[in-house]
Amino acid sequence: MDRVKGKSLTGAEIVVRCLQEEGVEYVFGYPGGAVLFIYDELFKQDKVRHVLVRHEQGAAHAADGYSRSSNKIGVCLVTSGPGVTNAVTGIATAYMDSIPMVVLTGQVPTHAIGLDAFQECDTVGITRPCVKHNFLVKDVKDLATTIKKAFYLATTGRPGPVLVDIPKDVTAATCEFHYPGTIALRSYNPVKKGHAGQIKKAVQLLTEAERPMVYTGGGVILSNAAPQLTELVRLLGFPCTNTLMGLGAYPGTDRQFLGMPGMHGTYQTNMAMQHCDVLLAIGARFDDRVIGNPAHFAQNPRKIIHIDIDPSSISKRVKVDVPIVGNIPDVLDDLLKLLKNEKPRDIKAWWKQIEEWRAKDCLKYDRKSKIIKPQFVLEKLYEVTKGDAFVTSDVGQHQMWAAQFYKFDKPRRWINSGGLGTMGFGLPAAMGVQMANPGATVACVTGESSIQMCLQELSTCKQYRLPIKIVNLNNKYMGMVRQWQQFFHGNRYSESYMDALPDFVKLAEGYGHRGMLVEKPGDVEPALREAFARTNELVFLDFITDQAENVYPMIPGGKGITEMILSEDL
Amino acid sequence: MTRHIISVLVENEAGALSRIAGLFSARGYNIESLTVAPTEDASLSRMTVVTSGSEDVIEQITKQLNKLVDVVKVVDLSEAEHIERELMLIKVRAGQKDREDMKRMADIFRGRIIDVSDNTYTIELTGDGRKLDAFIQALDQAAIIETVRTGTSGIGRGNRVLRI
Repeated sequence: MDRVKGKSLTGAEIVVRCLQEEGVEYVFGYPGGAVLFIYDELFKQDKVRHVLVRHEQGAAHAADGYSRSSNKIGVCLVTSGPGVTNAVTGIATAYMDSIPMVVLTGQVPTHAIGLDAFQECDTVGITRPCVKHNFLVKDVKDLATTIKKAFYLATTGRPGPVLVDIPKDVTAATCEFHYPGTIALRSYNPVKKGHAGQIKKAVQLLTEAERPMVYTGGGVILSNAAPQLTELVRLLGFPCTNTLMGLGAYPGTDRQFLGMPGMHGTYQTNMAMQHCDVLLAIGARFDDRVIGNPAHFAQNPRKIIHIDIDPSSISKRVKVDVPIVGNIPDVLDDLLKLLKNEKPRDIKAWWKQIEEWRAKDCLKYDRKSKIIKPQFVLEKLYEVTKGDAFVTSDVGQHQMWAAQFYKFDKPRRWINSGGLGTMGFGLPAAMGVQMANPGATVACVTGESSIQMCLQELSTCKQYRLPIKIVNLNNKYMGMVRQWQQFFHGNRYSESYMDALPDFVKLAEGYGHRGMLVEKPGDVEPALREAFARTNELVFLDFITDQAENVYPMIPGGKGITEMILSEDL
Repeated sequence: MTRHIISVLVENEAGALSRIAGLFSARGYNIESLTVAPTEDASLSRMTVVTSGSEDVIEQITKQLNKLVDVVKVVDLSEAEHIERELMLIKVRAGQKDREDMKRMADIFRGRIIDVSDNTYTIELTGDGRKLDAFIQALDQAAIIETVRTGTSGIGRGNRVLRI
């Protein structure tokens, strides 16, 4: 282990020194009793900048958005007890989407642990199921190594949040500071290279395929494998889909891209997923929102090649024929080398079939509507930002429309909570995105229900002058809940209508931002242009949209991937 | 649904047991028994988990266990020849009139009487789970005062070893 020459420091100093050693630019956090020594050390230096959120959930989401939109790692710092429990939603959100993140939490002094002390909670116990790993540091001598391990674990293998719980007395105790240069753990050795024999089998299947399909997920984005994926798909000439977590891995404007798969995926993608003879799955996990009913999916005896860094993702919901465990860029490099010497079959007939499916134009909506259609707002958002914005979203209909209508050509541009589906994610995540990408255009697509779940962060945006553009699709309903109630619960809109909404324009103004109310389709584009021209301020755009609009296509829960409800069916 | 004995070498650190127990409950896997104790290497604990499930579920269990950062190695002992043992301490009524019968029963099962009082015996019995079940069945149920079982421990036969 490399060791930097040691010097006696307090635990709090060590924490800050470790962050500096890791090159951490920002820590998203909120102070409190158990972390006061750490905050005191943060105050005394200016390398690591602290971003004061208004609620710890916001700190976790912001650190998460920071990670997702860059190849850097988000860090958050919260106090013991409620500081931790507030952050749990954000930690679980990052965990479900395999987002690297380091969470530092204060804890009551070691002698008080277990005595129901003020602001005590079993942080390691509460967070265990929603972190990649967590630690409780009981001795200041272990602190630096533990923080190093946290960064190492969070960013290697299948990434994820790692939490380090630090009792207050540990932050006050002193010891020599050594920051290890590298870490080796005998129990943790993520693979890099894929198995050569399996890769050969994959090449054979791919070259012999008559109806191939490439299906990729968040893993391609997280492992920075978008260039290799694009090269592979173009080399083979195969159709390609990216999941909700994987959008932007392959250019969304390309002809070979068929749109997102799954519950609100495109008709052509879902048909191709079902009817292909060889499915190449990369960094995706065949989850319920993508393939629907696994028994229905298995009715077609296609061959499946699955590349993933996590063996437990392989053959979890769907049996796989050629599993390849490895780091995606490494595996794709190996695949590309071999495929360059092969000639895949002619798949013109397959493309003809796909084009017939595509001609159904499954995302069509009423463009002559006198009421603003949410899809129209997203199309205009795409135009006005020239398809080059970072777009965060909350959860619900607006999230699906954003995923369907904003064509992402680059990875790490589409930032959403796909796994956990956390309402309230969009705004704090956008803060992290803006911090990681200063000067970039950042839009937060949200709804009137989601935005109210972390609304307090408008204050943080003011403090740090984050010029985020909030695109609020306001239909006065929890739209996705309302849609399910319409389809499956006899139009009984139980508690999905939101009365007594705030005046969002005044609300934005109250926080010191600009608000704009948009009520007519003709005003959508000018409003967006005006908002995005204001590059130095946050603009809250409140679009009053059609209350009855639904997201199509839709696979009802438990149904097969081809059993879609299309807009034309109704 | 078949029964599997999964052996796990895990870092001997605080919380390792709860990570493993938590994994089983969070993912809805069965646990028939779970035993844990340090090995000859004090930095490692060995855990034996008896579980049941379809082949797919057992495959997921071993993969998910391997994914835990504290887990060093995982082996499904039931994939090949292995030996399993469990220890039971059972306290039974042994008054004047049934003292001899109880002693004989313990002898038949190769149990040892390790504690005696005026009206009780405490019997130690080792074997696989079925043998311990059989002993309990063989006793007059009213005679059983208290039962403690350790849960199954297992080891591979011959040259089959689990170590780092």
